[in-house]
Amino acid sequence: MKGLYKKFCLFFMLSLFTVFLSVFLVSCGPNAQNKKQVKSIKVWHWMSDRENAFLELAKRYEIETGVRVNFELYAPSDAYTQKVRAAAQTNTLPDIFGILGEKRDFASFVKSDYVYDLTEDMDGENGAWKNKLFAKALAVNEFEQANSFGVKPGIYGVPIDVTNIQMLYNKDLLQAVGSDSSNPPKTWKDLIEINRKLKAKGVQGLVSGWGEIWMIDCFASNYAFNIMGKDKVLDTIRGEVSYNDPDWIKVFDLFREMRDEGLLASGIVTMVNKTAEQLFANNRAAFAFNGSWCVNVYKGMNPDLNYGVMLPPQASDRYPMTIWGGAGSSFMVNKQSKNIQEAVKFLKWITETDQQVYLSKETQDLPSNKYSLKDIPMVLSQFASAMDNTTHPNVWGASEFPTVIETFDKGIQSIIIGEKTPEQLAREVQQVKEREMAKKQ
Amino acid sequence: MKEGTKYKIERFFKDFMIHIFLIIISITCLFPLLWMAGSSLKTQKTIFSDMSIFPKNPMWGNFYLAWTKGGFGMYFLNSLFYTVTVVSGIVIISSLAAFAFSRLKFPGKNVIFYMFLGAMMIPLPGSFVPLYVLMTRLHMINTRIGYILCMINVGLSFSIYLLKTFFDKMPVELEDAARIDGCSRLGIWWNMALPLARPAIAVIVIFNSLNVWNEYILATLIFSSKNLMPLQRGLMIFQGIHITEYSLLMAGMTITTLPIILVYLIMQRHIIKGITAGVIVG
Amino acid sequence: MNNMRTKAVLQNYLFVLPAVLIFSIFYIYPFYKVFTLSLCQWDGIARFDFAKNFIGLRNFIELFQDKIWWGAMLQAGYITLMALTFQNVLALMLALACDRDIKGGNIYRVIFYLPLVLSEVVVGLVWKWIYDGNYGLLNYWLQNVGLSNLVTDWLSNPKTALTCVAVIHCWKGFGWGFIMLLAGLQTIPRQLYEAAKVDGASSWQMFKSVTLPLMVPVFILVSILTVLGTMQVFVLILSMTNGGPGYHTEVPVTRILASMVDSSRFGYACSQGVMFGAVLLAVSFVQIKLSKYMKQA
Repeated sequence: MKGLYKKFCLFFMLSLFTVFLSVFLVSCGPNAQNKKQVKSIKVWHWMSDRENAFLELAKRYEIETGVRVNFELYAPSDAYTQKVRAAAQTNTLPDIFGILGEKRDFASFVKSDYVYDLTEDMDGENGAWKNKLFAKALAVNEFEQANSFGVKPGIYGVPIDVTNIQMLYNKDLLQAVGSDSSNPPKTWKDLIEINRKLKAKGVQGLVSGWGEIWMIDCFASNYAFNIMGKDKVLDTIRGEVSYNDPDWIKVFDLFREMRDEGLLASGIVTMVNKTAEQLFANNRAAFAFNGSWCVNVYKGMNPDLNYGVMLPPQASDRYPMTIWGGAGSSFMVNKQSKNIQEAVKFLKWITETDQQVYLSKETQDLPSNKYSLKDIPMVLSQFASAMDNTTHPNVWGASEFPTVIETFDKGIQSIIIGEKTPEQLAREVQQVKEREMAKKQ
Repeated sequence: MKEGTKYKIERFFKDFMIHIFLIIISITCLFPLLWMAGSSLKTQKTIFSDMSIFPKNPMWGNFYLAWTKGGFGMYFLNSLFYTVTVVSGIVIISSLAAFAFSRLKFPGKNVIFYMFLGAMMIPLPGSFVPLYVLMTRLHMINTRIGYILCMINVGLSFSIYLLKTFFDKMPVELEDAARIDGCSRLGIWWNMALPLARPAIAVIVIFNSLNVWNEYILATLIFSSKNLMPLQRGLMIFQGIHITEYSLLMAGMTITTLPIILVYLIMQRHIIKGITAGVIVG
Repeated sequence: MNNMRTKAVLQNYLFVLPAVLIFSIFYIYPFYKVFTLSLCQWDGIARFDFAKNFIGLRNFIELFQDKIWWGAMLQAGYITLMALTFQNVLALMLALACDRDIKGGNIYRVIFYLPLVLSEVVVGLVWKWIYDGNYGLLNYWLQNVGLSNLVTDWLSNPKTALTCVAVIHCWKGFGWGFIMLLAGLQTIPRQLYEAAKVDGASSWQMFKSVTLPLMVPVFILVSILTVLGTMQVFVLILSMTNGGPGYHTEVPVTRILASMVDSSRFGYACSQGVMFGAVLLAVSFVQIKLSKYMKQA
């Protein structure tokens, strides 16, 4: 009797389970609602925090044109990178997608025919579309004549926002040490001097997310441009100038000097940028090295923070200070897609002035459309005005080997913790460079 | 009588010391959880400046905001479904296999078992792309069943190994007795092996449900439709590349943590003494 | 008769069939692919062409000379050693304490599970606050008890970073060992203890003669899982130090991710994966052999 009851229970549970399973599997299957003949395009991107803004824009677009835009957002970015690359292998990329990685990776996508060439659309109607956008942001998505990647020259992506990375200073803290808060340090010497005063008062100097090695790379690259000029940096990347060159050692030596002067916030070598932002927002460091997105971050954490934007102080007057900047994120059109024209139309629409104003307001990023710069906060417009001083590894026409970049950046961390001298690091980087060059041949 | 008192005092003293030790460890375990719960009641502005665990002006609205902004309703159901199906799948499939490896005879038994054991030991960090290609070919990409099967595979080797360890300890006599009573192999598995391995199954349920509940990377790879995504997807809205909305994130995490603690509360009762008492003696 | 036996054997196969099916589709195929890719030079993006991309064992030759990779392996080994000793001893002590009929035992059981449930984000935020060089709790305590000379920037000091990460890992993971050891302890029949008590055995003698021998299989299980789990640690590392300062907290999985995502060297990443698997398999094999020897002894 008991056995029968047990069996009945089991049967009941199993059947319940099956019903539950089948209802779920059938009803919410993929694209259940897309069966209707509505024109739709699919977009993949990694900015999951912009979901609500994107969905709103998609809604507006559908009302205007009747085309449905499905935004599918994936985070964290590592997972997104792998997903896009895997989808490329199976020819299942969506109509529009973003590419994470260096220019070399972008070039590989283009060369394998995954990315549609937008040059004609950009240049059409006397370049109406192209002229709306920040040239520096477009340049990031462009391949020039005779580029070292062997890609057919052209524009392969549409920037949806722009960004650049500069230094920020805390006006209150500078004032406290008797420094003119409207006149932040312009030269490296000034910076060191102000830091001595700050140190005497127990205030930390510079904070930044140098646990994320690309930010170290960015800082070092700024000063490399300042000390030796663009051409010499590019010659180094091409392998014509050695990292043992005195100019490069000068760049590395800046980090040693910052360490010896106690300019860097404690723990900076393992700090992620979000922590660095917390510290700066709570008045715990006088300077920060950060990107234009920080305006929104600081606003959320401490609306009363009294700060300004400045170019990194010059270490040499031979060449101008150049900062990194360009497209924050871009969209590419899938060359294999059946909806190329629809996709291009949508990208044109999303970079129009109104949409850019909306997007910039919702996400507090700088718009990629030059004419959408109204009503943005002061600090943000200061960021925008520095766009002319920007450069980006993606516009250099040549890429450094990833292993060299890693050795370079991790080595600077080692200088900061006192494990290596600038000369040692230069030798080490050059060794890795030579090994990689030998491998290539 | 005297002996008894002495023993009692000794025991009391011992228990006291043990309690102190346990309480110290407990504090370290509780603190981050309390911090998370406390932070979920703060604002983005006060979260790193207000150091009190429980803020003066608790923002209870954060929970509502996190729930709606993160779209938790749908994700919650999805995660619940995945957890239930994957865990029950793992328990049934792995206990059948472990029972066979432990009790039944068939050629190639050891080879197959060592294959599972090896799989447990060789992680495949590079397997994402091949897995995606495979799922696309099987037309299982962006389907619930594809994700479920993948997740079952993830927990399978470990569970088989754990269960086999427990089945191996079971006395053969009991099984023989059951066999004489006319129980089939399936009957022995169901009526004897499974009930006796209850603590082990509880452990498997606890670990695998935690694993499935918190899984996110594989889901990102397999799903593209938002309405198939698990709960962790909701938390991603608060963690942008540049901006993290800490208080909402903490509120969201508090919400997602509660069910999994509940699962543990229910399952850990089965890790109790006496269930197998007398069985191992033989 | 013979026919019946064949039928029985075939039926036995049915028990393992579902497991084997899922396993061979979702494990063996990716495994085979990863193995093939480890012999290729491929960036993970371009259209894959085996004949064109095949480079033989060149990835492995490079990997053998990759000092950073083997350094990462050693660092993971160090964390594993810490986990095997401190984490597991702690887990065993807690499990033994909770196995007694102690008041509030159930509450403790729940509490010890909590670190496992916590997201790495929370763990990272809280522990960074403890380790912080300027405002950290740890430094604050050290100063208060007069050990100011020990004050340091815990996570960016190359001497302490790895140990600090290992401590967090042990703290986050001891619940695993605790639950499994407790489950094992609970299967030991009470009568055995009572019998020993009647014979006048002390607690330590009971532990040695009753608990230990019966717990050997569980110990082996826990130690193998500890090694496998700890060697593959990486989320915690990414959120605490990102492998830095320099290469001091890099572990194999962070290296594999760096090759695969940051430098787009998919083939090389796969060869790292294969090598990593081989090392883990070898270590586990030694552990199993050792445990068999222990069981007999």
